[in-house]
Amino acid sequence: MTQGFKVCTRVCVSVFRSITLCVTLNLHGFSKMYSMCFSESVVKSEDFTLPAYVDRRDYPLPDVAHVKHLSASQKALKEKEKASWSSLSMDEKVELYRIKFKESFAEMNRRSNEWKTVVGTAMFFFGITALIVMWEKRYVYGPLPQTFDKEWVAMQTKRMLDMKVNPIQGLASKWDYEKNEWKK
Amino acid sequence: MASSALAKPQVHGLWAKHLQFHIIGVFVVSVGVAALYKFAVAEPRKKTYTDFCRNYDSMKDFEEMRKASIFQRTK
Repeated sequence: MTQGFKVCTRVCVSVFRSITLCVTLNLHGFSKMYSMCFSESVVKSEDFTLPAYVDRRDYPLPDVAHVKHLSASQKALKEKEKASWSSLSMDEKVELYRIKFKESFAEMNRRSNEWKTVVGTAMFFFGITALIVMWEKRYVYGPLPQTFDKEWVAMQTKRMLDMKVNPIQGLASKWDYEKNEWKK
Repeated sequence: MASSALAKPQVHGLWAKHLQFHIIGVFVVSVGVAALYKFAVAEPRKKTYTDFCRNYDSMKDFEEMRKASIFQRTK
């Protein structure tokens, strides 16, 4: 009786709290509340729920500009941008570009030497694997079956030649039956 | 103000250019590979088989095998 009453109150309280939370906070406030809980440090935590800037070949015009907070001179420049563009100098045009974009296409597409690191690391681990396999062959595997002995393989090959295995393009076609040797 | 270092890139007809390149390329590559296979693999193989079968005597072959004693039901 009292257990059921306790569960009911707990459920009602949590439902009431979640409803009030959704009603009073929009998404931005919600994330801000949690960011305040987690970051006691000086740096304000990045809000990944907001539109972000990306340098991507397949997304040439990102959702936001690169520079979010303009300095006084940059603000003045943005005002000047509202007038005729022919009055802008080359440096001002470049400054406006750099406000809007982080890297140019040429910069974002530049090649790098990362492939050398990747290939080198892959070969390094391949080498470690080779050492492991060598240890395994020496200490774990048993002996090879007798069918791998040189004498056995010779008898086996002789029998295959007697049977004329693959006489047109395969094994027996490479054997000279008159001279009793492999064809040159 | 225009810099003279870079030429203006192509802005129109990119898909058409891509299509033309790839349509021609598809035909050239597929016909080339087929021709290469025909003349490097198929024709030599046909020749080898006809050369083998021209003077092939299966009874003589059988006698050779029998003499080499590989059969279990006949000596």
